[in-house]
Amino acid sequence: MGVTAIPMLLSLWLSFTNYDILTPLSEVRWVGLANYERMFTADPSYWHAVRVTVTFALVAVPLKLAAALGVALLLNRAWRGVGLFRALFYLPSLLGGSVALAIVWVNMFNRDGAFNSFLALFGIEGLPWVSDPDWALQTLMVLAIWQFGAPMVIFLAGLKQVPTELYEAASVDGAGRFRQFWHVTLPMLSPVIFFNLVLETINGFQGFTAAFVLSNGTGGPVDSTLMYTLKLYISGFTDLEMGYASAMAWVFLLAIGLITVVFFSTGRFWVHYSDGEK
Amino acid sequence: MAAVTSTARRPGRRQGGRQAVRLLVLIVIVAVVLYPLLWMVGTSVKSQEEIVNNIGLLPERFTPGNYTAGWGNFDLSFGTFFLNSAMVSLLTVVGNAVSCLLAAYALARLRFRLRGVWFAVMIGTLLLPGHVLIVPQYILFRSLGLVGGDWPYLPLLIPQFLATEAFFVFLMVQFMRGIPRELDEAAKIDGASPYGIFRHVILPLSRPALVTTAIFSFIWTWSDFFRQLVFLSSLDDYTVPVALTLFIDSTSQSAVGPMFAMSVLSLLPVFLFFLAFQRMLVEGINTSGLKG
Repeated sequence: MGVTAIPMLLSLWLSFTNYDILTPLSEVRWVGLANYERMFTADPSYWHAVRVTVTFALVAVPLKLAAALGVALLLNRAWRGVGLFRALFYLPSLLGGSVALAIVWVNMFNRDGAFNSFLALFGIEGLPWVSDPDWALQTLMVLAIWQFGAPMVIFLAGLKQVPTELYEAASVDGAGRFRQFWHVTLPMLSPVIFFNLVLETINGFQGFTAAFVLSNGTGGPVDSTLMYTLKLYISGFTDLEMGYASAMAWVFLLAIGLITVVFFSTGRFWVHYSDGEK
Repeated sequence: MAAVTSTARRPGRRQGGRQAVRLLVLIVIVAVVLYPLLWMVGTSVKSQEEIVNNIGLLPERFTPGNYTAGWGNFDLSFGTFFLNSAMVSLLTVVGNAVSCLLAAYALARLRFRLRGVWFAVMIGTLLLPGHVLIVPQYILFRSLGLVGGDWPYLPLLIPQFLATEAFFVFLMVQFMRGIPRELDEAAKIDGASPYGIFRHVILPLSRPALVTTAIFSFIWTWSDFFRQLVFLSSLDDYTVPVALTLFIDSTSQSAVGPMFAMSVLSLLPVFLFFLAFQRMLVEGINTSGLKG
């Protein structure tokens, strides 16, 4: 516990100081809210990082969950080979966070990468996706969506829990496939959707490795992949402004806490628990 | 009853058709999903010329030379980096297994003051992003002289020996709650101390949770990049992920083949784990929401 709690308090204190790694701790000066003020008013790249991170999460998380749910629905009705398919779809989730796959990804979406060669088959001339500021973040989103296997496995387990009687009853009442999905599957699955949504959103906000590899640690091209954690890393470990980085870390922690609270407080309006508990 | 079953099965041919379409769609999706992985392996055995010109998965000429070139691409061979990674990962497994097990036993079975509060704090840290702690941890370990010290892996390992991975503690607490308390009582009547109960009842029965923890610790640490990037600063201490980023610095096109070869090798241990424990990994994320 101490290893977590002491740094937490140290970090809170540091966020009010001008600490950088070069000055000894004894000479650190208390600067009050100056770090926070700078962050919110005087550092445009901070807000840019917030925008990049929020955009990333807003696009990648819903698409990833949609892909996960779609494939889980297909798989749930398959005859056989479910185990094999499930394992193959899960593989990217296991490998995808690594430096190795980020490297592969960047090369795949290079100007002369595999993706453009594929487009060329249809006579389309591709862009240098990863070095184009308008497209670099999108390639990272695709990488995140590609790892839909983990939430899919959880969806699949959730689908197995839905009692078949409900579908039979709905079918007797004349509900078609779409209405069955809308009125039976979705409500019954809502706790699992909620769980995946919270988990994936928190993960989405923390994306670091792929952005680091794509931009070689700079957040480029033109700051287009400057994820929040990357900005924090650059401030703390490249610019060595650790007081400033601590302030950023605290805002990050509060933001994630706030998002979690919002999820849980809105959850009771749309999450359906079969045992009637809220 | 028989009539009902027969009407339910009547559109047999249409059902079969649907299944075939579904299977086809699934196969297409699998192909798309696996393509990047296959492409990676294919590219790692292509010559420089083919990497640019041949867009197919398979090389026309098999070029294993990328592997030897990548292995010796830097001043130190990749063997060093693999050994470093293996050491960090295995020690992390030991640390997590021992410390999380003890912490979980205390939280699940022992009575002490503020147990509920400690449990809540532990759950709270589940949501705590590692990035928030990295700056103060760095400062702490630096002021203790452990960053870049004689053995620079201490900052990576010390937290793992102090049960800071709340995921695993939680997993084990949940697991231990499923172990009947009657067994504890019986051991107590036979004169066992709390330690004895742990040693002879809880520990043997917690094996499945322990194995899950070990596998996930290994995979996560092997693929972890952020902490290793922050705490390791000299080339001979580098682990595989940190060493791989050196390839990006040397942006020359000729390094693509070797870079891919080393990427493939770096994923191999995780892939082997996947083959060996596939079912367990998939069930593992089901029961606990663990992320791959």
